[in-house]
Amino acid sequence: MTTTTAPAAGAVAPRQHTAVRRPSLLRLTAVEVRKLVDTRAGRWLMITIGLVTAAIVTLQLIYAGDADQTFLNFFVPSLLPVSVLLPVLGILSITSEWSQRTALTTYALVPRRERVVAAKLIAVSLTALASVLASLAVAAVGTLVASATGGAGTWQFDWSLVLNAGILQVTSVLMGAAFGLLLLNPPLAIVGYLLLPTLWGVLGEMVKPLRGPSEWLDTSKTMEPLFSSDAVTGEQWGRVAVSLLVWMVLPLAAGLFRTLRREVS
Amino acid sequence: MITVENLTKRYGPHPAVDDVSFQCQPGTVTGFLGPNGAGKSTTMRMICGLTAPTAGRATVSGHPYRELPNPGREVGVLLDASAQHAGRTGREALTLSAYTMGLDRREVAAKLDLVGLNAVAAKRRVRAYSLGMRQRLGLAHALLGDPRVLILDEPANGLDPEGIFWMRGLLRDFADRGGTVLLSSHLLREVEAVADRLVVIGGGRIVAQGDKNELLAGGGTVVRARDSAALRRALEVANLSAADSSEGLLVQADAEAVGQAAADAGVALAELRPASGGGLEQLFLTLTAGESTKEAVR
Repeated sequence: MTTTTAPAAGAVAPRQHTAVRRPSLLRLTAVEVRKLVDTRAGRWLMITIGLVTAAIVTLQLIYAGDADQTFLNFFVPSLLPVSVLLPVLGILSITSEWSQRTALTTYALVPRRERVVAAKLIAVSLTALASVLASLAVAAVGTLVASATGGAGTWQFDWSLVLNAGILQVTSVLMGAAFGLLLLNPPLAIVGYLLLPTLWGVLGEMVKPLRGPSEWLDTSKTMEPLFSSDAVTGEQWGRVAVSLLVWMVLPLAAGLFRTLRREVS
Repeated sequence: MITVENLTKRYGPHPAVDDVSFQCQPGTVTGFLGPNGAGKSTTMRMICGLTAPTAGRATVSGHPYRELPNPGREVGVLLDASAQHAGRTGREALTLSAYTMGLDRREVAAKLDLVGLNAVAAKRRVRAYSLGMRQRLGLAHALLGDPRVLILDEPANGLDPEGIFWMRGLLRDFADRGGTVLLSSHLLREVEAVADRLVVIGGGRIVAQGDKNELLAGGGTVVRARDSAALRRALEVANLSAADSSEGLLVQADAEAVGQAAADAGVALAELRPASGGGLEQLFLTLTAGESTKEAVR
């Protein structure tokens, strides 16, 4: 190329790049975290999750008996509504690429699709962990307010609950993401995610022969012991693992397979 | 440099792309022409690793697309200007990609400026963009990583005449500085004005490819007579094949042979000239007539 004096405005020239490296997983994860909050829909979902946590604690401050206003009792109930909303975040993170057709851009920039999927799974898992921190923070504020307004305000707390809460929220969001990967369509994935386990739960109650398997396969049942006052037994952990294998690991594997092979257009 | 070797894509028994091979050299603009549904977009998606080919292979700068470490720095891709998240601003869409590629944030502003999207437009959500603005955003996106190769699917769609003229200049400049451009269109004039080479596809198969000027030279002769039935008979007698066009009959022979055939039959001509005025259009219609009718019926 000849040297030019002051290239014309708007000139574009192909440049030689030195040592172009592929984007790291860390970088891809940061991009995916950003994608979670850079649209109105995503931002409101996050805000809703925060508000729900705060609302639960506020309700307890008003209606719960003074003796029940403890850190533990603020923390645990706030987890459940969040664990219902987080899967929606997981589903949208995966499926919006297809419904908004940004997959065309995303996978043109990162053709190794499994890296994008991994980044998305890490991003939503981090969000789930952040939600646990938010629950802890809101519960702490609730406890402070309770002790100032005559509630028990006790801080007695088994810290293994934080670990269990992390497990609950991360697996919730990953189950959602797995359904998203498998169905690749937001309404279908959300309905499928909400309907299938519920249907299974109802069937487990109604049909006697299913009651045994449902003890092992209904995540709402298998996760229950994680928040009881007793220590979780080995068998209970086994049930958690089996139910997650069915509702999280299998859909994740099948969904990854489908996403890697799907034609992007 | 783009190399496409025997690319084939079948959906069931129907071949969307059938044994397509061509090359795009640095320093040239290649026009990829064909009617809608001819297989242009499918071919481009296969080059970009978004669709797995049934057979054949494609490389960009010597590597299969999926093996490029950071493709955005090597190839700028614009396959569909509407494929952007409606809820993101133009600036945000570029920022995400710039970060993915590891580019300086300043590139985003520079490229927005380059394609003529001002600060107000950049802050609006893509939902509110016209198709022309989306094309400009898509072009900014393709140029973001300062690539050496551009792959653009119908980039002139939705641009106003001024915008088309501007884009033509931009692509010409890019190629003149050593870049490789593959540009698809069904707007023949658009490609004729900017391309050095042409690849014409119809019904999934390449029907013509080569240097633009060479292809246009073989455009045949346009002939017109008041008594067009007699002219048609005269051409038949002389064994010259004729096709209808908007300007008269298009004959695949030189003017001398056509004139002689008319004189032999005593037909008075109203017009006789090489088909150069709308040259590419004639070529395009002739080459893809069968396929485009099929497409229209399907």
